[in-house]
Amino acid sequence: MLAIVLGRILRMVVVMFGISVVTFAIFFATPASDPAARIAGRNAAPETVEAVRKDFGLDRPLPVQYALMMKRLFITRDLTSFANRGQKIIPAIANAAPATLSLVTGAAILWMLGGIAAGIIAAATKGRWPDKILMGLSMAAVAMPVFWVGEMVNLVTQSRFHDTWAFSWVPPLGYAALSQDPWLWFKSLVFPWLTLALLNIGLYGRVLRTGIVETYQEDFIRTARAKGLPARKVLLKHATRSAIIPIVIMFGMDFGVLVGGAAVLTEVVFGINGVGRLTYQALKVLDLPMIMATVLYASFFVVIANAVVDMLCLAIDPRMRRA
Amino acid sequence: MGPVTGGMSILPTDDNTPSPAATAGEEAWVSRGPWRRVLEGLLASPTAVLSGLLLLVIVLATLLAPVYAARVAGSDPFRSGLSAKIEIDGERVPVMQQSTEGLGLGVTPIGPTWGPQYFLGADTQGRDVAARMLYGGRNSLLIAGASTLLCLALAAVVGIVAGYVGGRVDSVLSNLIDMIWAFPVYLLAISLSIVMIGKSYSFGPFEIASDSLIVPILIIGIVYVPYVARPVRGRVLALNQSEFIMAARGLGIRRARILLRHILPNVATTLIVFAPMLMALNIVTESSLSFLSVGVQPPNASWGTILQDGQALLYSRPVVSMAPGLAIMVTVLLLNLFGDVLRDVLDPKSARGR
Repeated sequence: MLAIVLGRILRMVVVMFGISVVTFAIFFATPASDPAARIAGRNAAPETVEAVRKDFGLDRPLPVQYALMMKRLFITRDLTSFANRGQKIIPAIANAAPATLSLVTGAAILWMLGGIAAGIIAAATKGRWPDKILMGLSMAAVAMPVFWVGEMVNLVTQSRFHDTWAFSWVPPLGYAALSQDPWLWFKSLVFPWLTLALLNIGLYGRVLRTGIVETYQEDFIRTARAKGLPARKVLLKHATRSAIIPIVIMFGMDFGVLVGGAAVLTEVVFGINGVGRLTYQALKVLDLPMIMATVLYASFFVVIANAVVDMLCLAIDPRMRRA
Repeated sequence: MGPVTGGMSILPTDDNTPSPAATAGEEAWVSRGPWRRVLEGLLASPTAVLSGLLLLVIVLATLLAPVYAARVAGSDPFRSGLSAKIEIDGERVPVMQQSTEGLGLGVTPIGPTWGPQYFLGADTQGRDVAARMLYGGRNSLLIAGASTLLCLALAAVVGIVAGYVGGRVDSVLSNLIDMIWAFPVYLLAISLSIVMIGKSYSFGPFEIASDSLIVPILIIGIVYVPYVARPVRGRVLALNQSEFIMAARGLGIRRARILLRHILPNVATTLIVFAPMLMALNIVTESSLSFLSVGVQPPNASWGTILQDGQALLYSRPVVSMAPGLAIMVTVLLLNLFGDVLRDVLDPKSARGR
């Protein structure tokens, strides 16, 4: 068991190293493009480009460049943005992280509860109208781009119906820190949470339903029924428990991806200053060091989340321990 | 149901299906059979027929974009029409109207006229949104379709090579897949687009312009490769262990021939099942990237760029945002409905649970 966990951690470190190399290569070692010129911006004077080249060490051989960049990112942590002069990258990400974490955690709770409830109800009423309605809704939810849902929500809550009793409590777009005003924090995040959760409620509900329905074909369910267990117990204790593993795996992936910055679209639409929006703003001014850092940050989150999920699965399903 | 038994057969077969073909003629019959059954399965499902037909209507409508722009809308949807005037109820109305809200400064584009000209209103540059919807739909579908094909092709190569060659090649490719998998799709796409967009490339005789649609096609085609390559590799590994492949090996058939005649057709079903889902996913991805301004570049239109144009007009002219969003939703919904039936037809085991 310990050996498996250690092996998994070792693989995680290897993948992280690989990712940092790939990311670095995408940004600083693509052929036919000069990273110094891109960092300096469009129409930059040749002297500026040269200064940037020196400053970021881009005149050295690639492996040295890579080592320098990683050192400034992780050890001295003084890599600065060029577009917003003097802005240190690591603190900027650290400041943005709580907003993203608030958004994603709240949405995650919603989508897990909603998705599991939808999946169980749909499976229990398979073929009848609650199932049909739920699966229809889930199909529609999966088909909508998340930023468009956010825009439509804003249209209703911020503009068209903002003056009615239903939505007059919705604060203007933006993020309020939990530590400063918890009630405002909650109010400002209600609709971003719902928006971000919607797609995953549909997705998780669908996957869980399929899992439960497939599990019902298995022998141990027949045994459970034959020995006279009540139907509810068979559904919740036997079928759902074994069908929940794919959901746990999906959850780990999605949560890691979203915390890492894939919530960028939701953050942009709702004006939440999280890691995703930081990336988006860096994108607008082509702030290469910043984008590289956020991409690295995000993918590390995914790798860690994957490792955690694998270990969780080991805990849930003893069969996996053999592999 | 055990591993596939027929020589070229794609699907788990009925008991009365002929055993592995003995003669060339019989083999041809077997190879045609499963595909015909897939077609029959699709035609037997009203959902598949209806969604397929509606998708066809959408494709045809976007192909007719130039006709609509020239004959109905009567304006160039790629040139700004800030000073244009149109006739409504005998009155000449400017496309960009004086704002009535706030201080009355600035202009607001005309809203939906529900008539031939500016049916859905104008965007911030006074261009006909309805005409741009059709042109944009064309690009959205083209990008999604082409990137789907690219993704399936790349995933097939990577997955089959990893699964069939095995050994060190497999471990390198699998680790590479894992690594790309760890990049959040949008962030990977953003990274790639920063490097690729806004520059022109030349590969020998081929020149890719900086605003070419090929750039988003390449980006979207690459980012989802791991999602398909993984299951393909798994399928190939499973096939390697299956009885009919072992039998083929035992008969001394060359590896290349086994790959071509036995592995490839069986992997094809996996790929086909992925196609509609992937296409749906790619439509959403294209719109998201264009919304973040790293997808389709102006003056080209796509449903995503129209959504981006509509962002500034969300509260004053919401139709500009609503129309492309609805178009995406309907198209994706139809693709998923069609894809569900297709999967059930190709893989009856998955239908068992439904």
